[in-house]
Amino acid sequence: MKRVAASAAALALIAATTWLVWPSGAEVRGQDQTITVVDGPADDQRVELDTTFFPPPGGGKAPAVLLGHGFGGSKRSVEDEAIRIAQDGYAVLTWSARGFGRSTGEIALNSPDYEVKDVKQLIDWLAKRPEVLLDASDDPRVGIAGGSYGGAIALMTAAHDRRVDAIVPRITWSDLADALFPNTAVPLSAAGDAGQSSAAGSLPEAENGVFKRMWAGIFFGQGVSLDSLALRGRPETARPLTPEQARCGRFRPEICAVYEEVAKTGRPTPEAVDLLRESSPITVAAQIKAPTLLIQGQRDSLFPLSHADANARAIAAGGTPVSLAWFDGGHDGGDGEADWVFEQSSAWFARYLKGEGDGKTAPPVSAFTVTRDGGRDPGTRQRVRLHPETGSYPGLGGTATSTVELAGPAQNIANPPGGAPASISSVPGVGGLLGGQNSPGVAIDMPGQSAAFESRPLTAPLQLTGSSTATIRVSGQGGTEATLFAKLYDVADSIQPPTLPAGLVAPIRVAIPEGATSAEATITLPAVDHAFAAGHRLRLVLTTTDMGFATPAEPATYQVSLVSSTLTVPTVGTLAAASGGVAWWVWAMPLAAVVVAAALLVTGRARDRRRPGARTGAAALPEPADGRTPVLTVNGAAAEAPAPDPAVPLEISGLAKAYSNGELAVDNLSFRVEQGQVLGLLGPNGAGKTTTMRMMMGLIQPDGGEIRIFGERVTPGAPVLSRLGSFVEGPGFLPHLSGRDNIELYWAATGRPVADAHFDEALEIAGLGKALQRAVRTYSQGMRQRLAIAQAMLGLPDLLVLDEPTNGLDPPQIREMREVLKRYARDGRTVIVSSHLLAEVEQTCSHVVVMHRGKLVSAGPVSLLLSSAPRSAGAGNGHGTRLEDVFLDLIGDNA
Amino acid sequence: MTAAPGYAPRRTLPLRVEIVRQFKRRRTIVMFGLLLALPWILVIAFQFGPQGGDRDQSLRISDLATESGLNFAAFALSVSASFLLVVAVALFCGDTVASEASWSSLRYLLAAPVPRDRLLRQKLIVALGYSAAAVICLPVMALLAGTLAFGWNDIQVPGTGETIPALDVLPRFGIVIAYALVSQLVVAALAFLVSTMTDSPLGAVGGAVGLWIVCTILQAVEALGVLREFLPTFWNNAWLDALAPELEWSGMIKGASVSITYAAILIAVAFRRFRRKDVVS
Repeated sequence: MKRVAASAAALALIAATTWLVWPSGAEVRGQDQTITVVDGPADDQRVELDTTFFPPPGGGKAPAVLLGHGFGGSKRSVEDEAIRIAQDGYAVLTWSARGFGRSTGEIALNSPDYEVKDVKQLIDWLAKRPEVLLDASDDPRVGIAGGSYGGAIALMTAAHDRRVDAIVPRITWSDLADALFPNTAVPLSAAGDAGQSSAAGSLPEAENGVFKRMWAGIFFGQGVSLDSLALRGRPETARPLTPEQARCGRFRPEICAVYEEVAKTGRPTPEAVDLLRESSPITVAAQIKAPTLLIQGQRDSLFPLSHADANARAIAAGGTPVSLAWFDGGHDGGDGEADWVFEQSSAWFARYLKGEGDGKTAPPVSAFTVTRDGGRDPGTRQRVRLHPETGSYPGLGGTATSTVELAGPAQNIANPPGGAPASISSVPGVGGLLGGQNSPGVAIDMPGQSAAFESRPLTAPLQLTGSSTATIRVSGQGGTEATLFAKLYDVADSIQPPTLPAGLVAPIRVAIPEGATSAEATITLPAVDHAFAAGHRLRLVLTTTDMGFATPAEPATYQVSLVSSTLTVPTVGTLAAASGGVAWWVWAMPLAAVVVAAALLVTGRARDRRRPGARTGAAALPEPADGRTPVLTVNGAAAEAPAPDPAVPLEISGLAKAYSNGELAVDNLSFRVEQGQVLGLLGPNGAGKTTTMRMMMGLIQPDGGEIRIFGERVTPGAPVLSRLGSFVEGPGFLPHLSGRDNIELYWAATGRPVADAHFDEALEIAGLGKALQRAVRTYSQGMRQRLAIAQAMLGLPDLLVLDEPTNGLDPPQIREMREVLKRYARDGRTVIVSSHLLAEVEQTCSHVVVMHRGKLVSAGPVSLLLSSAPRSAGAGNGHGTRLEDVFLDLIGDNA
Repeated sequence: MTAAPGYAPRRTLPLRVEIVRQFKRRRTIVMFGLLLALPWILVIAFQFGPQGGDRDQSLRISDLATESGLNFAAFALSVSASFLLVVAVALFCGDTVASEASWSSLRYLLAAPVPRDRLLRQKLIVALGYSAAAVICLPVMALLAGTLAFGWNDIQVPGTGETIPALDVLPRFGIVIAYALVSQLVVAALAFLVSTMTDSPLGAVGGAVGLWIVCTILQAVEALGVLREFLPTFWNNAWLDALAPELEWSGMIKGASVSITYAAILIAVAFRRFRRKDVVS
């Protein structure tokens, strides 16, 4: 127990020390700075930017990271992330973009004339800081990271400023016009009147796009911050709003005017598209030379995965390293994977800013990584995410395509007047709050507004990675435009509602030419990564409404059908989980444990063998005075250990055993018992009789000396013990078994032949009669005692050791037992009896050994002991010398 | 003649003898009776509950229990694996040596002599056998009771509510039981080690169950992070993955790895300690 306590204390100490010594991040202190910049098309507008500079905690010069905030946020909303990056060994500068937080100026949507110029001057400022590592004079080693609005500024600045060395834009846009006015339909040809087919199709997509009304309202209204961090804290504003600000928020007037126009009509104007394209990285992405890690959210109906795709392809076209990750996050919620995203950006900056791993050709983050659901953690039952990756980015078309046959008749659907009630796919801005982070996208389609085309149950699982395509025909009145929303559902069975992966829809606008009755178009469904299980169906649904978009108020009916029944599904077979297979410890640990276990067992055995051998020298065995009288001499008379004699039933030499407190229970005990003797082992309580007997049975190991039975040294389980019958310290039976079962099973446990047991003789001694069939727990003390002695006599062992055999027996039984023992020894066997009934010993035993406090006091034939006793002991009582008197005299208690 | 005629160490304490010695114990019989009766008690409990009606969207394992015999068996296993089976296994393995010590019969077995390693080996095999029988008999009886009470239908997966054909899932059920056996190995080894260290059978059982409870509590401390994966209880419910639509091995492999690791070391320590121990009971 002490050892257990000690190891527990040691473990606690280690744990506490680890806790204290565990490296905690160095403290990072931000320095608030107001940096004045000059921007505008004519470089004449002074803007004061509210910034915080976080010097590298380690001191010295370090690369710098500019960290931009999301729309509606401020430098405060990225403070935690800034500190984390700084602790990673960078100088970090956060700033509130113009029009946000305490910075002055108006929002220009990351325009090259405004925000981009601001950030270039922030880079100038960084170049003057002593903490920042320089590539050249006025050219700091700098990266830019940020999400959404802050991600777009990273791309825009990198395109306009060659000093930027690496960027990690997250969940941001490539084309703001396309983000707000998406249209994923490409007309095939106009059916009916072929001559007038091309007019509508030649329009740029955005200029004919469907207005993403709710997102745009949130974006421009500033009512809801897109920045989840800003939602928690109080938004920072510089001062109360002016009437102009109340109307336009803090937007630049031209942006405000354009928004008011499009929001009213729900149709893009060319001015609006031009203005939004100004602020779109796609127009300048080819100029980006800074290695770019694009992290885009799979749950993002504002800037869906196709935006990252467009950026990645445009940047890669310029020969710049680009990696792309689709993570579980985005403007619609998801987990966010903050730690994983941080690790990826950290790896990206470590390579391209710190120069770690220079010379490696592979980028620090694989070209394409996708976060997938890895089921539940078996321990916590929490969702786990896998991150399969591939070395080349396949685009939204995948590395291969599967085709799924869809079926369904032509269906009539109606656009309700006023566009209400509208189908629901995702609710912008609050999608993550309402739906919960892990709920599958459940969408509602209004009846009468949707046409569905369904596949047969899949025969094999299908992993869709990218954008599926289909071709549809829309019939209706000539000269009208059909506004539809395409969704691809995963249908498990008829019971569960179908799931809409990531809650994404593809808005499409198909123009039916004047004079024609129908138009055909190829539709590109939202880019998703989704696993369709075997047995599930794919269902393509086209609806006329969607809550997130502006739809025509004019009622209309269309007939929708498939041109081709084929749905083309892109797959990326090369995506493989990064770790691959099971962790090394899964195999190594059990193997190591088996090795350790084997070592534990082998070393234990080896020590066992060595230990008693080393002690044999301590044995001091007195030679018998002559061959016939095995008189035992006491203590200490050193003599050589004689050759073991297989005829000697018991030979104890130099035996010692200490209690755990060091006190000796048996102290250098030596004696010898010859064949045919009935030896009485005498001694007061605590003399060490029982301990000696236990050592004879191999139950406890001597600390010194040895015991030999028939010449064999006694060790735990030594085979020679099979010649020893023992009854020590009370009976030991299984209380639930009958006496006979106990005896028979005990014999069976010795593994010896039943014929050798001599059950009848033994049981006769027990004398239990019918009680033998009863459970032992019903026995009296005396019955158990007799049964135990019978058990000891099973197989008629050559040496019988009995501890207090007459305890609990009545006088007739005692007398009988005396005869049994004498008879037993007469047959050439040997009996050792310990007893405190001295009269018993006197009548039963031929020899006696007297012990006191672990030491041998006297040994010899009873008769000799009695005759050699001093006359003083018990003299004068008229009965001659009694053993009792001798005994008391020997142990010195004869007061 | 060093040993008595007919004595051979490798013939001592045959498994048959040890099985009989343990089987007639009231403790064994009560535990098996409980494990066999529990599914029927659960069936009755479900019969008393409000019937069917408006089942809401929740797809918890307990809500699905009455869907089919297989669902019911999975439910019975899920409610018993975390504690009842642990107690059962701890009982069979923790009691085996400690009870002999408390009856004083251990010293007579050792003096018979049954070599110590052999005594432990035979007792461990029999205790593991009883434990395995306990772990197997509960889900099998639950399957029987559930099928009689709720019919032989396809299994509905908790969480997602997907259905898997009953015949497909039957071999998976075998995996579940096999994994439950392996994951209880660590309880068995722990109880067995404590059993060789104490004379009190209930102390051995309680010690093993107590350590198990401590591990379960530690497992809830998320701050321990990845260290929790190495707690013996962490992967206890990994068998649920075998009933998912996609059979997922990784959790069960890790769980088996952790369990075998602990079990090997604990059992080795038990043998090593017992070999050198002074038997004073």
